[in-house]
Amino acid sequence: MSEFRKLTLLTLAMLASFLVGMFGVAHADPLKVGFVYVGPIGDHGWSYEHNQGRLSVEKEFGDKVKTTYVESVPEGADAQRVINQLAAKGHDLIFTTSFGYMNPTIQVAKKHPKVHFEHATGYKRSKNVATYSGRFYEGRHVAGLIAGKMTKTNIIGYVASFPIPEVIRGINAVAIAARSVNPDVKVKVVWVSSWFDPGKESTAANTLIDQGADIIMQHTDSPAPVQTAQKRGVWALGQASNMSSFGPKAHLTAIIDNWSPYYIARTKAVMDGTWKSGDTWGGFKSGMVEMAPYNSAIPADVVNLAETARKGIISGSVHAFTGPIKDQSGKIVIADGKVADDGMLAGMNFYVEGVEGKIPQ
Amino acid sequence: MIIDLIVPALLTIITASTPLVFAAVGEIVVEKSGVLNLGVEGMMVVGAVGGFAIAIITDDPVLAILAGALSGMLMALIFGLLTLYFYSNQVATGLALTLFGIGFSALLGHKFVGITFEGLPKLYISGLSDIPGIGQLIFGQDVLVYFSILSAIAVTWFLGRTRWGMIVRAVGENHDSAHSIGFSVTSVRLSCILFGGAMAGLGGAYLSLAYTPLWVENMTAGRGWIALALVVFASWRPWRAFFGAYLFGGITIIQLYAQGLGVDVPSQILSMLPYLATIIVLIVISRDDSRLRLNAPACLGRNFHTSG
Repeated sequence: MSEFRKLTLLTLAMLASFLVGMFGVAHADPLKVGFVYVGPIGDHGWSYEHNQGRLSVEKEFGDKVKTTYVESVPEGADAQRVINQLAAKGHDLIFTTSFGYMNPTIQVAKKHPKVHFEHATGYKRSKNVATYSGRFYEGRHVAGLIAGKMTKTNIIGYVASFPIPEVIRGINAVAIAARSVNPDVKVKVVWVSSWFDPGKESTAANTLIDQGADIIMQHTDSPAPVQTAQKRGVWALGQASNMSSFGPKAHLTAIIDNWSPYYIARTKAVMDGTWKSGDTWGGFKSGMVEMAPYNSAIPADVVNLAETARKGIISGSVHAFTGPIKDQSGKIVIADGKVADDGMLAGMNFYVEGVEGKIPQ
Repeated sequence: MIIDLIVPALLTIITASTPLVFAAVGEIVVEKSGVLNLGVEGMMVVGAVGGFAIAIITDDPVLAILAGALSGMLMALIFGLLTLYFYSNQVATGLALTLFGIGFSALLGHKFVGITFEGLPKLYISGLSDIPGIGQLIFGQDVLVYFSILSAIAVTWFLGRTRWGMIVRAVGENHDSAHSIGFSVTSVRLSCILFGGAMAGLGGAYLSLAYTPLWVENMTAGRGWIALALVVFASWRPWRAFFGAYLFGGITIIQLYAQGLGVDVPSQILSMLPYLATIIVLIVISRDDSRLRLNAPACLGRNFHTSG
């Protein structure tokens, strides 16, 4: 073999290995996972927790995934553009994390049949759109029990965002639980027509306190209501994440959304090719809903009551919507001994007895 | 007692309106000089984080307020340099300033999430502040509230009654003429932009120091845009902007109170009202074209080139 031929062979071999290497690299391309958030990731509430879920996906899979997120995306036309862009840029899995992204997600999914979509808190699915949500009403049940025991004025103030079933269900769960331990309790609701506006949320909390509420609950995403409660010397229950640093004295506990296990499982499913559309509704049992540490000011028997209920929900012996449950007019909507099925829960559009006012139509 | 319901509502209306007053009055001066700065939201949110950060670090409310104004001013300086010296498009630069401000404030504020501050001290005059009802309303506010009222009066006087105010208006009406009679268009505009930035910064600082004394990302939640709308609503008059801000704040708050009282009006309609009122006023003032032109600075949004 001449020197020249040896050199040629060597070059060819190197070239071949390089090509194989390239192919190999192409094969190990990271899975691209996109997230769309309705608020800023620093809201310390809803979007913050979704972002924690994203971080745990990165931690779990390392360089096998590449995640992208877009925050503060308004619900509506902008959302569709953002979701479309993520899909067009080669994301394999996209989580859209607000109710108002439902139609945009379905629309974009039609155009990108190979991309997997996951929409939080919605009810519209398709072949490549799955939905998921937490049974936050389970957390609200526990929070409602504590609120019912802790209130002196028997008025629970509720700062609410938009009149969708998810929010109404939470209000009802609180009213039912609180009245089960204290039949005199009334729930007053103020709608702020926003998921995130610290100023308005704080004003709404102030309004409710001015009108006699000594417990502030919220279904909005900023910690402002907790802080307002602390300032005014009443109790508060946090939303979505542990908000106790914003009002350590006022913060009784919080309902925590933990998306990490779900996000990791779904990412793995796409990697393994086992992803299927469907609806996941996880509660205490699957770890999607958790309670923050209880405030030390809560008496031991109340903590006990709360923990018994939480464990009961996990074991299946307790359900937040157990009949007899009456609506505001006194009509029985869930018969004695029956529990609400998921269909009823998902479409809930009435207030139960004990909630004041009417649902804005 | 009805007074027990009205006084807290009025107190909250003041807190809800004050940030809008600052931002709108500041923007009026900017626009009167012929500059359209759409970056109010960005300057406000940076003012909010700047004020809050200094409040936590130094625990001194005066320094915190100054820091809020200064942070807004620094943001305005970026805008001023880009539009006045590099002739960048004002609309695009203003929008970019808002986007930049929201991101930048999140970066700066990262360490301050979850910390709270007791809020600005309130005025207390023994005797006067104790008068039931109006005592707290008139004599029990924090310094920024009084300053916001003062600023609306001062800017009205400045624009209408002083030589410098006339120069600002001349620059905004016709920058070529103003230049030809020897005024420095660029320095007049830069001063106005900086003033607008300081005011927007104060508005933001009011949110993070008094309204909800905490820092969360994007906490201005669109108030900068409302302030911009108020400027047109007020047809570039500071005192009208002041009442516009109170009208807007008032309707926002009253609808929340009405809900708490169980008044049966759909909350969506009530939360729509402030915007509806703005639209109606806009229709009324723009129906009469000459009136609108009389008030809107003729050179609004146009860059000035010395050579041209």
